Amino acid sequence: MKSERIPSGCAISGLMSEEGRRIDGSVIIRSIACMHDRSNGLGGGFAAYGIYPKRKEQYAFHMMFDNVEAKVATEEFFKDVFNVDKDEPIPTHRENGVSNPPLLWRYFLEVPENKLEFITERDYVMKIVMKINSEVEGAFVASSGKNMGAFKGVGYPEDIGRFYKLEDYNAYIWTAHGRFPTNTPGWWGGAHPFTLLDWSVVHNGEISSYGINKRYLEMFGYRLELRTDTEVIAYLFDLMVRRHKFPIDKAILALASPFWKDIDRMETERKRIATAIRQVYGSTLLNGPFSIILGHNNGMIGLNDRIKLRPMTVARNDDMLYMASEESAIRAIAPDLEEVWSPRAGTAVIGTIKAEVE
Amino acid sequence: MESQLPAEFNVNVNHEKCRKCRRCVINCSFSAIEFKDKVTPNSRLCVACHRCATFCPENAIVITENPLDYKDGYNWTPEIRKNILKQAESGGIILTGMGNPKPYPIYWDHMLIDACQVTNPSIDPLREPMELRTYLGSKPDSLKFDADADLTTELAPQVKLDIPVVFAAMSYGAISLNAHKALAMAAKRLGTLMNTGEGGMHEDIAPYADRIIVQVASGRFGVTSKYLNNSAIVEIKIGQGAKPGIGGHLPGEKVGEEISKTRMIPVGTDALSPAPHHDIYSIEDLSQLIYAIKEATDYRKPVSVKIAAVHNVAAIASGIVRAGADIVMIDGFRGGTGAAPMIIRDHVGIPIELALAAVDERLRQEGIRNRASILVGGSIRQSADVAKAIALGADACVIGTAALIAIGCRVCQKCYTGNCAWGIATQKPELVRRLNPEVAADRLCNLVSAWGHEIQEVLGSLGINAIESLRGSRERLRGVGLNQEALDILGIKHAGIGQ
Repeated sequence: MKSERIPSGCAISGLMSEEGRRIDGSVIIRSIACMHDRSNGLGGGFAAYGIYPKRKEQYAFHMMFDNVEAKVATEEFFKDVFNVDKDEPIPTHRENGVSNPPLLWRYFLEVPENKLEFITERDYVMKIVMKINSEVEGAFVASSGKNMGAFKGVGYPEDIGRFYKLEDYNAYIWTAHGRFPTNTPGWWGGAHPFTLLDWSVVHNGEISSYGINKRYLEMFGYRLELRTDTEVIAYLFDLMVRRHKFPIDKAILALASPFWKDIDRMETERKRIATAIRQVYGSTLLNGPFSIILGHNNGMIGLNDRIKLRPMTVARNDDMLYMASEESAIRAIAPDLEEVWSPRAGTAVIGTIKAEVE
Repeated sequence: MESQLPAEFNVNVNHEKCRKCRRCVINCSFSAIEFKDKVTPNSRLCVACHRCATFCPENAIVITENPLDYKDGYNWTPEIRKNILKQAESGGIILTGMGNPKPYPIYWDHMLIDACQVTNPSIDPLREPMELRTYLGSKPDSLKFDADADLTTELAPQVKLDIPVVFAAMSYGAISLNAHKALAMAAKRLGTLMNTGEGGMHEDIAPYADRIIVQVASGRFGVTSKYLNNSAIVEIKIGQGAKPGIGGHLPGEKVGEEISKTRMIPVGTDALSPAPHHDIYSIEDLSQLIYAIKEATDYRKPVSVKIAAVHNVAAIASGIVRAGADIVMIDGFRGGTGAAPMIIRDHVGIPIELALAAVDERLRQEGIRNRASILVGGSIRQSADVAKAIALGADACVIGTAALIAIGCRVCQKCYTGNCAWGIATQKPELVRRLNPEVAADRLCNLVSAWGHEIQEVLGSLGINAIESLRGSRERLRGVGLNQEALDILGIKHAGIGQ
């Protein structure tokens, strides 16, 4: 039966073990597959944290190449800017309905010390990511963090997951996305998650403030050329948390800031902070309908827009934290839950890894 | 010698309707209506201020353009011919008032705003919060927190606007005290600001000082330590859109007792504002004045610098920001004035739309956009212009002419005569009395609140609920009927192009 397509927006799901226990990728695939009807087969993807423990000090670049020329050009470029410790094809399973994948390759990279005289290591890596994405024709950095990786492409998320053999990876955080693209064409690089360094974002919704978020980020050297509004979320977290050193809860006060009417009623010190953040970081406010799950090496954050125009359910059980567009996607993998709730609009759920993970 | 200039308007009185109450005669401040057994217009003196027609209880007066035809001439328009006649008779510079009326392109009218459909829902401003609050002042590059997550950054002074529409600088002198009072009262009630212009602050509006921008212009009229400190913002006026590079001149006959006290000049003397500030001949001099004012106000007031939009406005604005200004106010070539040489008003400067776009983009390229707020004016006519200006990158807009129209101005462009029949641009007590400050303040509040509601509707249709998500978001604008160069300068795409 041909199903009727209703543009209900995307599906997102995330799970995390606060103890840093590793879970294989088949679990997250089951969760996102439960929301099959929220996608339309034009994009699916996953982010996984803790998957390369033996190489956790190296930047793991997941690359997508349109052709061999792009791969050669990128490798020439890598030789100049990194020490390439290892490179290999990303293992894939070729017979499951995923068509026309690009050339998928991963690189484990170290930054030569002599490159860091005038710049921090992560700023250096960020610049290289921006440069490849905007200047190397046919090459795209799917992810660039340490001990993590993004696996994404055009197809239903469960097919993409099996294509990448995610059951062979063990991660303490998994996020997933099923896409129903309306604004941007379905291309492999355009699937979620969007990443920068160890930040990854899966996003359901649309950032109506994209225009100013983008122009603001450009002032700080970010280049936004991926034809999607989601990348601004990853870059804004990078700017605020990594570069401006905001505590995560303070960054949330900017990205999904409380309304002035609520700020005006806060107690003095909290009001002073919230007011200053809106005054200075007004251009970072993410406006429009969204629910997002942001992954990073130390945790996972769920966030809704200020008036909750997209769904998000959160649940806990033992050391596990779950977030998903629909409760069913959580129940599918964890039928028994201690706690299930829908976070309030603009209120972040911040999950933090408690244990020191390898 | 009798003037050869034909009358601009005809005053037509319907004597069948007229019951000779003579209200028109009393109301006409340009002596264009006399009573000789019956109401007898002297059309040659009529300026089309509509005062008589508005107050005629019988609706017996109709003012029409004088239908005097001229021999066709695309080059030698009637207006040009009349100006030549005027100068042949007077030998003087042609004076005029209000903003540039010439049919230059109005870029606001070639920009269209986006709206949401399906994929991102629009928001109903009647049901959901829709925030217009704006803070003017310099913002740091970033905020810093200490180990306990306490905020350690001290912000430069910020001035809150409940709505991003501010009343433009109009001096006491150019306009009446009652007009000033109305603007001050309305600014207070609306949670916005009025601007003294360069004529000092009359003691009657001093109680509204926390809602008043005080100007320091080249004449330095009324500038005292108290004046600077009794304010919301201090503004250094370098230029004005209607007369870039030109000073000001308030004729001595307008300088009565009250203006004399307020401006601190003798009664009956001309108040001359020199073209340049005599202590500012370069950017470093401007910086000195900015910091002199900051010292004088103990760094508690944002300092704004107002310039006219001229060709090199982006570089000039960048210099001003680097010189320490907290706010840059840009006045476009259509900005109003109480008096200016027509040649300057009509032929000097550039449109505010292009100036704003160029300045915002330049400051972003230099990474200093956050260091100063941008205020723009120069013919902001309606809330749509405000929304478009904010989308191009302005923090807020200033309105002068629109505010005056709200309180009676008919844009007859005769402000410089001092005969304003509506009690606005005049110092004659019998005319000033016509403007009731309370009523005028109500009308100003109505206008600006109405615009506020309209801007909220626009935000809602854009699917955003805070004005800062529109500010600088040029992605939400599209051009119609503009060439590529204009689109590039405005930083917008042509209509029909998606993302």
